[in-house]
Formats: sequence, C-alpha cells, structure tokens
Amino acid sequence: MQRTATQWILVATVLLGMSALAQGAETVPATTPLGLPAVQFPPDNPQTPAKIALGKTLFNDKRFSTTGEVSCANCHDATKAFTDSPLRVSEGINKQTGTRNAPTVVNAAYFESQFWDGRSPSLEDQALHPFVNPVEMGLKDHEPILKIVRSDPDYAAAFKQVFGKSGDAITMKEVTQAIAAFERTQVAGNSPFDRFYFRGEADALTPAQKRGFDLFVNQGRCVSCHVVEQTQALFTDNRFHNVGVGINAIQKDVPALATDVLKTRATMEQVDVKVLSDKRSSELGRLMVSRRFDDIGAFKTPTLRNIAVTAPYMHDGSLTTLHDVMHHYNNGGVTKEGDPVNDFLSGGIRPLQLTDQQVDDLVAFMEALTSPEYADLAKPAAGGKP
Amino acid sequence: MTEYRLNRRDFVKGAGLLGAASTLPLSVVKLAFAAPKESFTFAYISDAHIQHIKGKEFVRNWDRGLIRAVAETNLLTPKPDFVVFGGDLAQLGTKEELDHGAEMLSRLSYKTHCVMGEHDYYLDLGEYWSKLFGAHYYSWDHKGVHFVVLNSVLTYDDWTHKRWPTAAQRMLEMAGLDNPNGSPFMVGEKQREWLRQDLAKVDKQTPVVVFSHSPIQKIYKGWNFWTEDAEQVQALLKPFPKANVIYGHVHQIQYNQIDNIAFNSVMATAWPWPYPQSYAHADQHLPVLTVPMNRADPFFERDATGWQFIDVATGRVAMEYNLYNNTNRVVAFNPATGRPEDRVYQAAANRIPPQIHY
Repeated sequence: MQRTATQWILVATVLLGMSALAQGAETVPATTPLGLPAVQFPPDNPQTPAKIALGKTLFNDKRFSTTGEVSCANCHDATKAFTDSPLRVSEGINKQTGTRNAPTVVNAAYFESQFWDGRSPSLEDQALHPFVNPVEMGLKDHEPILKIVRSDPDYAAAFKQVFGKSGDAITMKEVTQAIAAFERTQVAGNSPFDRFYFRGEADALTPAQKRGFDLFVNQGRCVSCHVVEQTQALFTDNRFHNVGVGINAIQKDVPALATDVLKTRATMEQVDVKVLSDKRSSELGRLMVSRRFDDIGAFKTPTLRNIAVTAPYMHDGSLTTLHDVMHHYNNGGVTKEGDPVNDFLSGGIRPLQLTDQQVDDLVAFMEALTSPEYADLAKPAAGGKP
Repeated sequence: MTEYRLNRRDFVKGAGLLGAASTLPLSVVKLAFAAPKESFTFAYISDAHIQHIKGKEFVRNWDRGLIRAVAETNLLTPKPDFVVFGGDLAQLGTKEELDHGAEMLSRLSYKTHCVMGEHDYYLDLGEYWSKLFGAHYYSWDHKGVHFVVLNSVLTYDDWTHKRWPTAAQRMLEMAGLDNPNGSPFMVGEKQREWLRQDLAKVDKQTPVVVFSHSPIQKIYKGWNFWTEDAEQVQALLKPFPKANVIYGHVHQIQYNQIDNIAFNSVMATAWPWPYPQSYAHADQHLPVLTVPMNRADPFFERDATGWQFIDVATGRVAMEYNLYNNTNRVVAFNPATGRPEDRVYQAAANRIPPQIHY
C-alpha cells in the first residue's frame, strides 16, 4: 500500500508539474506533502511566485482595517500555526471579539467550503468578508483597500506584474485571488502519523499513539468524520455535524432563534455579520446558511492536522485541551457528564465508553499529527502540550 | 421549548373531547377548497418504539428519534394545525414505555391525535394507552375535512383472549415478524359498524382522511403489512371520491391507489424497514410498491427515518417526508394520473442506486 501511495503522489506531482508548465514559465512547481493530495487550483487562479508573494503582503497588511491595526495575520498568525492560539474567540479592531475560534489557514486549501458554517464556497470568497465585518476589520466597504492597492507604488507594480492590471482595473477579485494563492501554499503533512501510515515507518509512532490510532478508527469512531483514506488523510469529511457544542447553552432559545432564521431570507453578507456579532444566533451553526433542520447547531468538521498546536478547540474555542474534547465526545455530546443532550444532536455522537487510558491514547495519537514545520510549537515551552 | 403547551394531563383531557368535535357546514367545505388561504397543514410522527431497558434506562437511539421529530415539528413555519402520532409509541406496551413516550410527545406545541399500534396494544389491550390518549377510534372535522382514526391492529378474539398464558407473551408473539404464532390485523366488525354510522353523517363530497396503524390494504401478511378486513373497510370509503388512508407500521415510504382511495405511508422515527438488502439472507418478497431509499448510512443512526408534514388542500394528500440526513421527498396525489406519486423518484432510472460498502 505504501508503494501505491508513493506512486500516486509521484503521479500527482508529475501531472501537477505538467499543468504548471502549460500555464507558463512563471508557475510554481508544487510539492505535495506526505499524507495529503495535490492542492486543486481554480482554473482562473493559477499559482505564480509573484502572485503568492503579493498575497502574502496583502495577508499581512494592517492598513486594510479601520484602525490600521488588524490584518488577516492577526488571527491567522504564521508563528502560531496560522491561528491566534490561545484566544478562545478572535479579536478584531478595538479588541472587539467575535463568536468563533480562528481556524488555521494550514490545509484550508483542501476544504470544500470555508468558515465554520461553510458559508463561503472558496478561499477567494472567504477573503472578502473579514475586511467588512464590524467586529473584524470593520471597513464599511472594500473601497479603502482598492484605494491603497491602486495608489501604493509597490502594490501597483505587483498587480501590474501579476495580473497585468492597474488603476481602476484592479478589483477585489484580484486582491482575493492573490490572498487565496498565498493561502494555498500553506499545506502541511509529513507528520509522524503520515510516516507511519503512508510510508510504513513502524517506529514513527509511540506505542500509545498506535493504540490511539486503533481507537481512532474503531471504538472511538473518530474516523467517521475525521477521514483517513488509503492514500491520503484530510481528517475531515467536509460535512457539518451537531456535536453538542455551543447549541447546548441555547437549547431553550432554539425555537425562537430558528423560527427567525426560517422566516427571514438573509443574504450571506448579513449572515456573516450576524453570526460574529450575535452569539446566540451563531450557535445555530449551519442552519443560518442552509436553513435545513439537519444543520441546527452543526459546524464543519475541522481537520485534525496540527491540532496539538492550535488550542483551544471547537468552533467557539470553549474546550481548552484535547483531553477536554475527548471527554465531551466520551460523554456523548455534552461537556459535563449528565447535562441534557440537545434535541438535534447528530446521530453519530453517542457515548463511547472510553477509559481514561484510552482517552490518553487518543490524545497521544492526535499529537502525532503535527507537521515538522510546527513541531516547535508543540514543545512544553510553547505551551502546546499539557 | 420551556413552555410545553401540552402535558400528559392535557393529553387525556384533549383526547376525551375529541368525540365532541362539531361537524362543519358544507359551505365551509367548499370554501376551504376554493380559497387557498383556507388550506392547512398537519404533521405526522410515527413508530417511535420507545423501549424500556431497566429502571430509568431506555434505548437511547429510539429516544433520540422521537425527541428530534418533536423538536423539529415545533419549528415548522407556517405552523401545522395539529399533529398525528401514528402508533407504536412503545415497544412492548409497558407503562414505563408509554409514560416515557407521552412525556416526549407532551413537548409538542400543537394539539396531538394518537393512533393505536400493536406494540401499544397487546400487553393490556390498550388499557393504559387509553388513560393517556383517550379513545381507540374516533373522528373529527377540521376545515372541511373529515378525519377518522381507526384501531386497525385488532385480531381474532380467540387469539387475543384464549391462546396465551401471559399478556407479556401475547405482546411478544404479536411483535414478531414472519411469526407462525402471529395473527393478522383487522379493524373488526364492531368498529366497521361504527365507521359506517360515522360516515353516514358526512357529505359524500367531503374529503375523508383515515389514520390507521396498519395499511388498510394487503401488502405482506408475514409482517402484518396487512389488514384482514381491508376490503370491507375500503367498501365503506367507496362513496367518497376523495378518500385517503395514511398509515404507519411499515417504516418506509409506500403509496398506492385502489379505486377512489389514495394510500400513503409514513416513516418511523425509530428504524427503517427494510434493512439494507445486503443484510437479507433470503428473498424478502417486499411489496413492489416500495421505492428503496438510498442505503441508510450507518454513521447517521437517524438516516432512513424521519417524520412528515402534510397538506390536504386539494382534498388529496400531499406528503413531504422530512428525512434526517437525507434528501426530503414529496409524495403527492397527481390529478392527471389519479394516484399518489413521488415527485422525484417515480421513474426507476431516476432512483439513487443502493450504495456498496466494503
């Protein structure tokens, strides 16, 4: 199997290289980390080194906020595995807080939808919203950004080079394409688990981590949502589940809040503002987007890659450690044993009857999902491990 | 959901009042179907099979199914006028099971009508169920439609009263599938006579909707997808051009047309029938009426179960199946063909093939 995996990656890399060639000399030869598939690039947004560099600059530019203090990187900090760990929920302009824990940009390229509730279909679209969300970067509209990128000489030169456009021809399409191109370079595999599973390095995992992996696919049933396949492991099913986080606190309000959602047909822009400013509506999860009963209190399955360095956990950052997360699942979808289960809990979430030893093993397994790039963050000095 | 409009005591009271429901004048009937704003919907939850383990323990899976159906029904917009629970609230008819089920149903924020299932009946012949939910069969009128609830799970007196040493054994024998000791369901002579008299008072152009637990048609005897005196009940409905029967028990989507009578089944909240084909060791001889669901996903323990909301604005049933973790389906009467049809799945080529899992 490991040979097949290697061959597959080889083929994917070669194909990618070929398509890169077809797009011109400037395109980037992609490398695919062990355990991950090749990143899919939108046909209208191929990668080039200059575009990636431009995207990185935009990503870190604090001028795109009303206070001049907040960039994308504030909440997606490269030195914190592209999160704002250990904040529970993110801080925008004037220290305003939203309702959700910043998901890592690392491997976001593989998600089929963006944001915890999947309200955005692509990285390009996703990048539009934090600029104009009142609790994030706070702009009224995107005009201030366009003014800067059209007039700043460095930006003007970069947009001319990358997109062949200048002045009013530069729009948010080009801005978000560059940001997305940069984000698509942030992929990380090559974890001890990948070396164990896809390359057959038997000693890449400790005995506890191996037991944890067995629990992960069997008694714990984690793999049902955090998918591991024969040739790759995204650790997400790209679906939405009510796992009893957030919703449990607003159970009595669900009828009033849900009725409000079902009666009014909000645009995604309105939903974006609402979910970050109204904590109770935020907990309805994907219902705000899909308006389907199935999605009440449901949030996207996050990847587990680098999970040990991106605490705290869950969409609202309400669980501090991986042990807390395991206890929540072991209780069948309630953080405190004996608390009432919410009416809309996903069917897959049931008490697991895991022993303390087994919980420890599962946590050990998750600690084997850290990529070498972020391994330093897992060291005790960095506060990564309990 | 803090204020439950119904509690168990209200259930008993409400059910007691059903017999007193007044008959609407004919003019209202015509108006109801002339003006769309007069139309209404109702919701249907069925086959919860609440199962007692011991003490305060119940089978979690079945509890979750009913809890979710009740919670979702309470969110319906626009609000349904009432809810029908289609029978088999309990698994073995015990007081614990019926009490626990009634407690969950009491969270419905609508008036609720209940139908007797065999799992509710055969322990004490519906005695405790009656204390909670009232009469075993009854009728009422609502916005120009005549609604009838039948207890269709009766059987021969000899089987019921003389055959079994204990009530518990009688219950277990009737709960079995393909059980040679079982006995076919029937409405029975006494109830048919009541129905004849009840319908005699109803104008023949009035849409009639009959709720029963078993199908008032003969599909498969071994599982009691069957009512022994179905033809005689159908004959009583014959004078009504718009006669409809809605039944539970089968835990799957079925629909059929026999002369003037349109038949629709409802889903269970507990588990689906049939189990996936790959689990069957022998031919199941299931009704050809059955359009298979795409195979239930074992991860989603609620997949292939659900509940439904129904409108009878045309005098015929348009039933939307709210299917957990699945695509909703609509089975509605098609005036052009004169029978109920699945809006999407009627052609074999359009069906989702069963998934193969390795």
